[in-house]
Amino acid sequence: MAWWFRRREGEGRSRKVVIAEGLWIKCEACREIVYRAEVERNARTCPKCRAPFRIGARERLELLLDPGSFEERDAGLRSQDPLGFKDTRRYRDRLRAAREKTGQEEAVVSGTGRIEGHQIAICVFEFAFMGGSMASAVGEKVTRAVEFAARKRLPLVIVSCSGGARMQEGILSLMQMAKTAAALHRLAEERVPYIAVLTDPTTGGVMASFASLGDIIVAEPKALIGFAGPRVIAETIRQPLPDGFQRSEFLLEHGMVDLVTERKELRELLRRILAFFAEPSALPLP
Amino acid sequence: MRDVLDFEKPLLEIEARLAELRQTGSPEEAARLEERLRRQQRKVFANLTPWQRVQLARHPRRPYTLDFIRLLMEDFVELHGDRAFGDDRAVVGGLARFEGQSVVVVGHQKGRDTREKILRNFGMPHPEGYRKALRLMKLAEKFGKPVVTFIDTPGAYPGIGAEERGQAEAIARNLREMTALGVPIVVLVTGEGGSGGALALGVGDRVLMLEHAVYSVISPEGCAAEILRLTAADLLKLGVIDRIVGEPPGGAHRDWEGTAEAVRGALRATLDELRTLGPDELVGQRYAKFRRIGVFEEAL
Repeated sequence: MAWWFRRREGEGRSRKVVIAEGLWIKCEACREIVYRAEVERNARTCPKCRAPFRIGARERLELLLDPGSFEERDAGLRSQDPLGFKDTRRYRDRLRAAREKTGQEEAVVSGTGRIEGHQIAICVFEFAFMGGSMASAVGEKVTRAVEFAARKRLPLVIVSCSGGARMQEGILSLMQMAKTAAALHRLAEERVPYIAVLTDPTTGGVMASFASLGDIIVAEPKALIGFAGPRVIAETIRQPLPDGFQRSEFLLEHGMVDLVTERKELRELLRRILAFFAEPSALPLP
Repeated sequence: MRDVLDFEKPLLEIEARLAELRQTGSPEEAARLEERLRRQQRKVFANLTPWQRVQLARHPRRPYTLDFIRLLMEDFVELHGDRAFGDDRAVVGGLARFEGQSVVVVGHQKGRDTREKILRNFGMPHPEGYRKALRLMKLAEKFGKPVVTFIDTPGAYPGIGAEERGQAEAIARNLREMTALGVPIVVLVTGEGGSGGALALGVGDRVLMLEHAVYSVISPEGCAAEILRLTAADLLKLGVIDRIVGEPPGGAHRDWEGTAEAVRGALRATLDELRTLGPDELVGQRYAKFRRIGVFEEAL
């Protein structure tokens, strides 16, 4: 990496894309230096390799929803520190820093909105908030969104972007997997469709719960998707991992996702899916 | 001495001396030493650190699922395979009779010696293990039999094949289906409850936990055990488990029969409690049980 693109001190190591000030940015997927305006025009996708740059929850909502249609729910719901957790830093301090950095109270934003007029319930993960990790508050927000969707019979879209459970809440974060999965069973009983959109990365406890349970599962290109992290797997099996392992295209090939769709096509894809489900069933339901 | 934890050594030394005294010494002396042994044992086990509990939970002589099944149940018929890909030996399950009642049992299975450890993949299941478990639970539901699951795994296996065949999907599906299974599910955490790989067999109406078992979101190594709050007492406080099953003095590995009897009592009482509930009541209460887990705040 050339010195003029070096990260500033304190920038998270895990962030995939480093956005330097100025006209040019680097794509971490193909390592090309690309023209920023062209990336912006392309719904924040690399013009060379088509890998999507990571985006925040608010930007995602703007990309997907009809302008001005988003109405946030449970905005004031946020984490506490049930275990009094401290490793190199106190969990409370991490939370405060994440809130300041992102302007969000938690790692997921939920509410309702419209896609070409179709009313939906939606949750979008904010990776910049502690890696989009699933705390009690995150599980609660997702569960409430699912329950709301079931009650109002609104199709549900969850855009996940998360490393998995939030370690700082220990077993409580693990239990959010069961909680969200339980709510999705009720949604399924109500025959309300759920579309899971997987973005880079969707791993761990998030992938092993609601993100895997969509009636339809869509992935953005080249997203890291899986249960265990690639580093853990490489350390366990002591072998190099195959090219493209745990990327969207790999999951498509193995039958784990329905389709891989480029970001700028995503809204249109969701419109089609929603239109399909919007029609009342012509046949008697079993 | 093989398979002895550091903090067990002083106790075992006293025990060895006691055995010697019983052969050659006076009965009074032996009685005094036995009293000392009990005192010492209580002291050590009352002050176990979380890391020491992790070591006990992983103890190579701790009873495993098939041992519990053998000690607690009759007429066990092991059933194999997920009907899609293969049979995962890290998960065992089948039909059994417990106290005169038919039950379906499912659990993680670790190996005892090197060969069996490899066969059982150290108790770390692949997706087909979870799918086999779900198949058996659906069988239980179809025929109205309660399900008993035993949890003892370091975690779901992190490997290439596991990812290719949908480890995450298999776990997620079990979570969703277990929350709505129309028959009682009793979960017993017997050893290591390793993250999502444990929870995939762990959604039940009642979650019981052996005194020295552990259950955590991530594999606890060294000091992480202190901060993760993974002991049975911690989990009871957090509302994650319903009941602690006491282990005999010295831990489950020192007395399998005693452990099994404690489990038998708890399991019988729990199944009796659940027997009166219909499918809708069970599923409704199970939903509420997991629905309320979590701590957060809400600004109005």
